[in-house]
Amino acid sequence: MTKQLVAVVLAGMVALGLSACGERPQVVNYKQGAYQGKPDSRPWENSQFNNNKEEWERAIRTRNQAQNEYKRT
Amino acid sequence: MARMKFLCDAERCIECNGCVTACKQEHEIPWGVNRRRVVTINDGVPGERSISVACMHCSDAPCSAVCPVDCFYKTEEGVVLHDKDLCIGCGYCFYACPFGAPQFPQAGAFGVRGKMDKCTFCAGGPEQDRSEAEFKKYGRNRLAEGKLPACAEMCSTKALLGGDGDVLADIYRERVTVRGKGGEVWGWATAYGPAPGKGQAPAGPAPKAGGQKS
Repeated sequence: MTKQLVAVVLAGMVALGLSACGERPQVVNYKQGAYQGKPDSRPWENSQFNNNKEEWERAIRTRNQAQNEYKRT
Repeated sequence: MARMKFLCDAERCIECNGCVTACKQEHEIPWGVNRRRVVTINDGVPGERSISVACMHCSDAPCSAVCPVDCFYKTEEGVVLHDKDLCIGCGYCFYACPFGAPQFPQAGAFGVRGKMDKCTFCAGGPEQDRSEAEFKKYGRNRLAEGKLPACAEMCSTKALLGGDGDVLADIYRERVTVRGKGGEVWGWATAYGPAPGKGQAPAGPAPKAGGQKS
C-alpha cells in the first residue's frame, strides 16, 4: 500500500516537473522598429518554381504584359 | 524586378465592382471586411470618376511606422504584409493609412475588433506558401503561383493594373499618349512618392494639368 502511494506521489511529481517543458514562450522579445513576426518565404521558393527566380520573374512579366491590350492583339 | 504596385486608371473605371468581387471570391473574405472597394467622386455630376482602392503597398508605409507591435514587413518585391499572430487589433494602422485599407473583422460580442486584415497583393503572409494556414489567415497566394492580383487580372476594362511598377508605368504612358488625356494617377504620389524633402518621386506617368490629384 505504502509502495503504491510512493509510486503515485513520484509519478505525480515527475508529471508536475515536466509540465512546463511543453510551454512555448508567449512574450515577444521586443526590438523597437524591427519586424517581430515570423519569417516569410519568397514567392519562387516553392515546388512550382524550385527556387528559380528567373522563371518566376518570366511568369510575372508575361502576366504583366497581358494587362496591356495594345500588345495583346 | 522592380517594385509591385497598383495603378487605377480613373478614365477607364466603370464602377462595375468586378475587382471587389474578384477579391472577395479569391480570398473568401468574410462579411463586413472589404480589402478592396470602388470609390466614386462627384457621383451623379457630369465628369464623375470612380477609383478602385485598396492597400497600395506604399514605399514608406505609414501603417508600418505606427504599429506598436511591429507586425508589418515588406517583401523583396515591395509588398507590405503583416503577421496576424502578432497583431493586437489596436487600429492605429487604420488611422495612419491614407487609403483606409486596414479592415477589422468583428471578433465577438460588443463590437470587439479582431486582427487587422488588408490586401496582401495576393501574396499570402508569413506562413508556408499555399498552405491551409496561409489561406485561412491571409487568403490565396497567387504571387507564389506566378500570377498577379486577382482584382487587376479580372478587371474588364483594365482600369486597375497591378504588377511591376515600371511595366505599369509603360502601359499607362502608352495609353495616355494614344487617348491624349487623363494622365493623372490617383494615389500614386501619396503611395510611392518621396517623403517630404527626400528627393524626387519614382519615374511614372507624367501628370497633366486640370485633373484630379492624389
